[in-house]
Amino acid sequence: MIKIIVGRLLQLIPVLWMILTLTFFMSKEVPGGPFSAERQATPEVIARLNAYYGLDKPLWEQYLGYLGKFARFDLGPSYTYQSESVNEVIARSFPISLQIGSLAFCIASVLGITAGVIAAANRNKVWDYFPMSLSMLGICLPTFVLGPILALLFGLVLRLAPVSGWHGLSYVPFHPMIMPAVTLGLFYSAYIARLTRGGMLEILSQDFIRTARAKGVPDHEIILKHALRGGLLPVVAFLGPAFAGLLSGSFVVEKVFNVPGIGQEFIKSVFNRDYPLVLGTVAFFGVLIVVFNLISDIVQALMDPKSRN
Amino acid sequence: MKKLMLLLALLVCAGLAWLGVKRATATNDGYSPTLQEANEHKILLITVGSEPRTLDPQEAQGVTEHHIIMSMIEGLVAPSIDDQAKVVPGMADRWEHNEDSSIWTFHIGKDRKWSDGEPVKAGDFVFSYKRMLTASFGAQYAENLFILKGAADYYSGKITDFDQVGVKALDDQTLRIELVGPTPYLLSMVQHDSWLPVCPTAILKFGAIDTRDSKWTRAENYVGNGPFKMKGWYPNDVIEVVRNPLYWDAANVKLNGINFYSIENANTEERAFQAGQLHKTGQVPLDKVPYYRRVHPELIRVDPYEGVYFYRLNVARKPLDNQKVRLALNLAVDRDAIVKNILREDQKPATGYTPPGMGNYQPLNMITYDPARARQLLAEAGYPNGKGFPKFTIHFNTSESHRAIAEAIQQMWKEELNIDVGLENQEWKVYLDTQNNKNYDLSRSAWIGDFMDPVTFLSMWTTGNGNNNTNWGSPKFDALIEQAARTGDPTVRFKVLRDAEDLFLNELPVVLIYWYTDTYLIRPSVQNWNPLVLDNHNYKYIDLKAERDLAK
Repeated sequence: MIKIIVGRLLQLIPVLWMILTLTFFMSKEVPGGPFSAERQATPEVIARLNAYYGLDKPLWEQYLGYLGKFARFDLGPSYTYQSESVNEVIARSFPISLQIGSLAFCIASVLGITAGVIAAANRNKVWDYFPMSLSMLGICLPTFVLGPILALLFGLVLRLAPVSGWHGLSYVPFHPMIMPAVTLGLFYSAYIARLTRGGMLEILSQDFIRTARAKGVPDHEIILKHALRGGLLPVVAFLGPAFAGLLSGSFVVEKVFNVPGIGQEFIKSVFNRDYPLVLGTVAFFGVLIVVFNLISDIVQALMDPKSRN
Repeated sequence: MKKLMLLLALLVCAGLAWLGVKRATATNDGYSPTLQEANEHKILLITVGSEPRTLDPQEAQGVTEHHIIMSMIEGLVAPSIDDQAKVVPGMADRWEHNEDSSIWTFHIGKDRKWSDGEPVKAGDFVFSYKRMLTASFGAQYAENLFILKGAADYYSGKITDFDQVGVKALDDQTLRIELVGPTPYLLSMVQHDSWLPVCPTAILKFGAIDTRDSKWTRAENYVGNGPFKMKGWYPNDVIEVVRNPLYWDAANVKLNGINFYSIENANTEERAFQAGQLHKTGQVPLDKVPYYRRVHPELIRVDPYEGVYFYRLNVARKPLDNQKVRLALNLAVDRDAIVKNILREDQKPATGYTPPGMGNYQPLNMITYDPARARQLLAEAGYPNGKGFPKFTIHFNTSESHRAIAEAIQQMWKEELNIDVGLENQEWKVYLDTQNNKNYDLSRSAWIGDFMDPVTFLSMWTTGNGNNNTNWGSPKFDALIEQAARTGDPTVRFKVLRDAEDLFLNELPVVLIYWYTDTYLIRPSVQNWNPLVLDNHNYKYIDLKAERDLAK
């Protein structure tokens, strides 16, 4: 097991190198530069700025220089946040996305799995149709629609949560992370519900369940004790990357609730041609995805003896 | 039966949601706990748009940065309460100039202090201007200081002794500024970020005079001299400033603090305003303007603003090289319709380039809507009824309103002139790249004035200017701008500038569209937020009153 984990973590190095190389050269190919603005600075000023940040050097030199710094965990200065380094930008924005993402993950898995199990247990009855139509609605309703609806309801009507911002909002009962987390959580729970239902139905039709029923095991015990473990396998495979996705923040949700998370930083860095921040966030997301895929594989192996080898 | 129940449930849900929305808009009472608390403690809650890139005035480029810096750093003079053409003492107690306004002397008040307790000296301004003009520092706005004698030479390295530049500290209290020519608008200019002072000890503590992006702008290191000082900076969320007790006029500062929220999305901003999280927004979503006008006219304001919206024409491309074609395109645009039906924020149809409000400079009234003449001109240019007119493209950055305006103009030109125009939108930086490389036919553009003088609008059109970008140039126009820079008499000077604008409007390397307004939402509790054409507010005058008291 440990061998596998170490092996997978070692794979991270070539993966990161690939990601960085591709992103580096692609971002330089895009027209426009970090210092262009509506009010154009003179070409001399732009040239000086490029020289200041080393953007006048040949591309391969910039590339090797970046890789060298990256190996020492120095992600360089941010052009957008002129007094911060990329390390600092990630260090301040990731904890915010981490809080929202973790809460959203809990909401999504609890709601989604419960709904999925209930639906599977009541196949083709009202309690199947009801949660499944809701989850269909959840899948179809994008976060940029759900977010403003929740903001209107909880922010403007009930005045329980702030509609925007993060710091120093102590006057409303809800913490600013709740609304974005609910928005994201509901969206993901819809997928999880459908996956759970599918997985459960497959297991419930297998022979060992029929045997259990024949032996007179009560329904709730069959579902919770025998079927759930196998039925959740596809969900666990989905949860790994989903958790990485949730942690890396959602640009849309962060924008709707104006939350200063890392999802915004990533998208904005591209618009601003903030090359170091683009590379830094891409590499960071790369690590997150690899690590959480690994965790989800480990959990799957623990749950399913068949995949242990 | 089941279906009926489901339908009923859905109807109930929809009804509840509708009631909710209704209540949300009806409970707009301004008594939200946040606003109450903010009013009580006199903390102004406003938005400034996107996150500032820096709070170093000498590296700052945008309006967002300027609005925040204004609260913490004060220039030689400061904006007056209700007239952008007037100024009040800032760091300088008093000032005088010679007859043609080319040599100015500012007397720095003895009680002026930096927020670290050190006195503000005349030498600090010399240091600041030296920093701006140090080429290796790479200040984007260094050119603004080229009106100082010798500044351009120092910047380009022709002279290396800063003593030869026209800014001197005669003693700690006296600053002498010598300019290359008459500059009657200097007092307006010195309020621009590029002319603001920075604290030398704070700068040098974190680097050399030409170190960019140093840590002095961080919340814990920031040193200013304005009515407020930095308390906290949470990027992409809020910058909090509080009353600066060392400010020379602290007794007359009304607020205890300001929270500058960075909210980019207009809809989020409007929701925050409705939820009572903000006193003032920076914008109003286009589709909400009619609603506020109808239902809450007391919350929405439309102020004049020094800006012009236009299309650049690439005169190096056929048939835009023909003046008659350019004029025809201008005459076939129904500006009134665009302003009234698309924008709806009381913008003024641009009949000239320099917008109204520049003190005594009267805007020109030369470009109108005259489709008949436009058709005639097009025929004279060799394209009767648009026959044989090559297809060209309007190029703009991705935005709903830019698209709507471009589509309207496309249709007007098709109807009036029978010519076909394509539309192409590009992402912001790509769009800038295209425009700066003059790789376009028509390009959406805008210009916002920096100070109260028409030259802030006109000087960009000199031949080869970095902001011209149309391939247009006229030696006669350049000469007039040159002449204005050498003219001391304000009346004669404005006449020369008018001649220059007249020439520009005859040549027309642009399609004029509209003059800006500044539209925003504001709570009645905010006092003294007066309409100012540069939107340059002196925060020390702003006050807050509890809305309950106002109602009484």
